[in-house]
Amino acid sequence: MYSVPVAGLCPQGSYGIQDSLRSGFTSVKNELLPSHPLELSEKNFVLNQDKMNFSTLRNIQGLHAPLKLQMEYRAARQIQRLPFLQSSNLALDTLRGSDDTIGFEDILGDPAQSEMMGEPHMMVEYKLGLL
Amino acid sequence: MALSNVLDSPAAGFNFDNAARNAAFEGLFEGGQTPKPLKTGTTIAGVVFKDGVVLGADTRATSSEVVADKMCAKIHYISPNIYCCGAGTAADTEKTTDLLSSNLTVFSLNSGRNPRVVMAVNILQDMLYRYHGQIGANLILGGVDCTGNHLYTVGPYGSVNKVPYLAMGSGDLAALGILEDGFQHDLELEKAKKLVRDAVHSGIMNDLGSGNNIDICVITAEGVDYIRPFQESEFKDRREIKYKYRQGTTPVLTKKITPLKMEVVQETTQKMETV
Repeated sequence: MYSVPVAGLCPQGSYGIQDSLRSGFTSVKNELLPSHPLELSEKNFVLNQDKMNFSTLRNIQGLHAPLKLQMEYRAARQIQRLPFLQSSNLALDTLRGSDDTIGFEDILGDPAQSEMMGEPHMMVEYKLGLL
Repeated sequence: MALSNVLDSPAAGFNFDNAARNAAFEGLFEGGQTPKPLKTGTTIAGVVFKDGVVLGADTRATSSEVVADKMCAKIHYISPNIYCCGAGTAADTEKTTDLLSSNLTVFSLNSGRNPRVVMAVNILQDMLYRYHGQIGANLILGGVDCTGNHLYTVGPYGSVNKVPYLAMGSGDLAALGILEDGFQHDLELEKAKKLVRDAVHSGIMNDLGSGNNIDICVITAEGVDYIRPFQESEFKDRREIKYKYRQGTTPVLTKKITPLKMEVVQETTQKMETV
């Protein structure tokens, strides 16, 4: 089971310090607290939800049930496009049951229409951990 | 433009990038003159009667001290047998009820059944609790389903109450007074409509944020009767003259026309199937 990252605002550079070349100068105030009360809880919402559901399932039906489901999730998570392209996540949605529900994440901030585009090579390298 | 500092595609859903900037703005403006969202400053009321549910609402939407909309529709459609009145931030109630309606439609297509009011309440409760009150929606849900006639209220933090008569919004105290006085179990249709109308009227008379017309929605097992407006306000303004400026009011001083030079780069023809 994944552990949920709490300090979601850690500096992203090697050795854990701020990479000034890529992300600019640091400011302690910016990194202390998330600026919006919902920012952290929204970032980890799906992970938390899954964790809660699996733990309930484990308590009701034993260890094997969440284990099997986790295996399917892991397999579905590997069916993705390259990082800079939008993947539909159909298998993952079907497993989670979110293929027949509509929430704010389907209406607002559609990644297919995002105004910012990342450099494809850098995104792939970041995904593979080479960066 | 491909930016080299974007290493992950942005997550869908709410975007909190501007939160830090907004917090800095509030400090700059000294006294909170940041633009306020459109609130509905409302009176909404609902009553369960013998054959169903009656919902009533006023039609004024305010933006601080200005009336932004005189014919705002506050009774939203959720499903053929469930309607919802919304008080609070106008956009929040609108979007939340739209999402709820979409979810229930998909559910009823999947299962072939009419949704129950308690399902709508549960979906709303989960959704609003997730956002910890940041979505300012105070809703009254009323509907008739196979288990009976129900009236629920859902607060912005996800609190739920099931009661036979209700009022919400800034005019709720005035409306509740009338409802407490006149409510009885198993009222007749006309009496119930009059009670709700009186309650909303009292809210309109005694609260600055409510006003203009009264809408009434009657939901029974046979169907829905959405009466908009049930009662028009007697304080309507009449525009005496037209406010459109006629052509020639602003004199044209000079005119300069520059034709754009375009050259044909590529020409393709596509055959259309016209059978």
